[in-house]
Amino acid sequence: MSRTVLIQAIIYLASGVLFVPLAKRLGLGSVLGYLLAGVAIGPAVLGLVGAEGQDIMHFAEFGVVIMLFLIGLELEPELLWKLRIPILGLGGLQVLLTALLIGGLGILAGLAWQPALALGMILSMSSTAIVLQTMNEKGLMQTSTGQSTFSVLLFQDIAVIPILALLPLLATFPVSTIAGDHGHDSLVGGLPGWLRMLVVLAAVLAVVFLGRVVMRPVFQIIARTGLREVFIATALLLVVGVALLMETVGLSPALGSFVAGVVLANSEYKHELESDIDPFKGLLLGLFFISVGASINFDLILSNPGLIAAIVGGMMLAKATILAILGKRFKLSTDQNLTFALALCQVGEFAFVLLSFALQNGILPAELVSLMTAAVAISMALTPLAFLLNEKVLLPRIGTKETPRKQADHIDEHHPVIIAGFGRFGNIVGRFLRANKIGTTVLDFDSDRVDVLRKIGLKVYYGDASRYDLLRSAGAEHAKLIIIALGSPEKSKALVETVQKHFPHLKILVRAYDRDDAYDFMESGVEHIYRETIDTSLRLGVDAMKLLGMRAYHSQRAARLFLKHDDKALTELAAVRHDRKQYFSTARRRIQELEQLIGSDEANRWLKEVDEGWDPDSLREEANRGMFIRPENGTTGPVNA
Amino acid sequence: MTRLLIQFAHPALEKSRVNRLILSMLKTLDFVTINDLYENYPDFDIDIDREQQLLLDHEYVILQHPFYWYSSPAIIKQWEDLVLEHGWAYGREGVALTGKKMMNAVTVGGRHEAYREGSFNRFTIRQFLAPFDQTANLCKMTYLPPFIISGTHRLTDEMIRHHVSRYQQFLEMLASGQFDINAVKNLENLNDLIPLNQPL
Repeated sequence: MSRTVLIQAIIYLASGVLFVPLAKRLGLGSVLGYLLAGVAIGPAVLGLVGAEGQDIMHFAEFGVVIMLFLIGLELEPELLWKLRIPILGLGGLQVLLTALLIGGLGILAGLAWQPALALGMILSMSSTAIVLQTMNEKGLMQTSTGQSTFSVLLFQDIAVIPILALLPLLATFPVSTIAGDHGHDSLVGGLPGWLRMLVVLAAVLAVVFLGRVVMRPVFQIIARTGLREVFIATALLLVVGVALLMETVGLSPALGSFVAGVVLANSEYKHELESDIDPFKGLLLGLFFISVGASINFDLILSNPGLIAAIVGGMMLAKATILAILGKRFKLSTDQNLTFALALCQVGEFAFVLLSFALQNGILPAELVSLMTAAVAISMALTPLAFLLNEKVLLPRIGTKETPRKQADHIDEHHPVIIAGFGRFGNIVGRFLRANKIGTTVLDFDSDRVDVLRKIGLKVYYGDASRYDLLRSAGAEHAKLIIIALGSPEKSKALVETVQKHFPHLKILVRAYDRDDAYDFMESGVEHIYRETIDTSLRLGVDAMKLLGMRAYHSQRAARLFLKHDDKALTELAAVRHDRKQYFSTARRRIQELEQLIGSDEANRWLKEVDEGWDPDSLREEANRGMFIRPENGTTGPVNA
Repeated sequence: MTRLLIQFAHPALEKSRVNRLILSMLKTLDFVTINDLYENYPDFDIDIDREQQLLLDHEYVILQHPFYWYSSPAIIKQWEDLVLEHGWAYGREGVALTGKKMMNAVTVGGRHEAYREGSFNRFTIRQFLAPFDQTANLCKMTYLPPFIISGTHRLTDEMIRHHVSRYQQFLEMLASGQFDINAVKNLENLNDLIPLNQPL
């Protein structure tokens, strides 16, 4: 291996290792981190990589192929069917209308209709990675905004395939030489059109046949060897093979691997394939984004700052407008719609893929691609700011008010309990306390729910519960308890911190998603931790025992003792968790813990405790041996009187 | 036949020999209503309305339980505390139970002879049951002497079967009105009224 290759590898890897964690820290997401890394090592800043960046980009494009394979693998027919209306309606119209609007603007700006339309389609994409991540962090996925956003992103993911197929038809420039490899290798180039169609059809059918019939037994045999790396090699071989086949017949390799993914979506090896291939996707895509960053032409940008600003502003405004109109048509309330429109108004990572594809196929000129790449990157960087603008400026003014409107004669009494999160967990607690005439103040982040709750007369504050000012206006200073029933563990932890810091007098009762969450809360010193599912599971267990003919009271006692025992085991495991955390992956640790737990369930004293009390065998034995016995547990006497 | 209400209470029936057999015997009788308290209320949340209705529907209430710590298992106390409400069961307006009969049917681990003055347990079983006697009295019910199966720790399976069938015979006589309530109500127990067929 030549030294230059190794040095190249070091430059790329080091830049990624340096910039991605930095970008994540700043809340910018990994995609922007890679782009920044590319900019840093590119000609504009350090100049560590030059012309060969283009070659690396071609290699890294394989990451896109793998990504589409994984998207295909992830498509669950039931989910698609369930969301068919938002996906096709909302998602379909978003892509179509955005493409037309931006295309129209492109024509106005002097582009021919073909590149304008291509640009429209490319810019209609939003950033799945950034948006889903942010929504999850903010606990918005279960709201109607979250559902609509997910549908639109899903449609965009799928739409990449037809767009990749359509783009070559819009080519107006001679195909550039670097991109020549696509055309040259095609074996079917010289064939007449109808025969070419047949060959393409046969190739697609071959992929389906491969996935449905051939791969299953192959994976079975490989899996039986127990050699993980061979399984990975097989999976990669499949993707590379399909990509090559597609390229040979003149189709997009991304399209082929997408089809292969869909075909394998129902296979029992789906999850193994996913987890094995995912790191390759991550690395190659990272490489791809680095090379995109390196290829940005900064001279061009610096000489036209106004133009760039206009492009970024124009395209985000255009996207947000279309999204807002559609959101309204699809009956999102004002708040939800604002969040929806601003969340999706950036242009996403798919655009980089499509832009470089468009450049190679002679659809867009190089300067325009450079300009747009920079504009897309900037729009992605602005996403956190858009969320911030929405939360701090727009929603408080236009949307659901943070604090409940006070009636004129309403004296603001202080409720002893604050409930953060009124979803499927919090609403039960809340209803229960209200039914017992305990005053509760609710904090919730779902504006639809807030509106409904206010209508029925609850005191509800709207917004991010972990914010100090919101907690204060909700009466945290005078309350006694705070019940944290948020769906997102991160938010819960943030709220715990805020409360511990600013309102130390508040007793915290927190909902924990699972054992790991419970450990975290224990570490931050929360005393009252409620694992979401344990009580219900035990209740089910009690009923199972009863249905098998066991006595109700015995079953119930067994469950209560089990719960005590399990809580104790939780505390014990929490103490040793840190040593383990360093050595084992989460999954490995969970399995180990389960093993330990089951072991202690069987060995421990608690099982004996269920049987203690009332008519112990020892009493009967003693009576039969004819000895005097103490009048313990009743029923006694000098048995051999 | 008069229907009998059996308030059955055993917290660990799976460990009991005598009470298990009693329960399955009771299930064959068509003139008793079995109310299995620990099975119906494992969380001690007694359904007061249901329990009061059951009392109204029956002339005889038999508290059937093992004799723990010279009394009944905890759920019977919980039942009394919740169901025998002031203004319903006792007090100036509490007349719902007037004239009904209440008694205990107990299984006792120790021998019968241990329960008398000067012996190991110093009191008779009927004396230990005084709180039930007075509870019945306060509720304007007639309290009947207990039916006792004693020495259960040392009973063989065959002896248990014999005792249970005597108990069954007693219940049949009670339900068909063969006892003169006024004549029997001051006896020490009712089990002695049913002859033992074999030496025990």
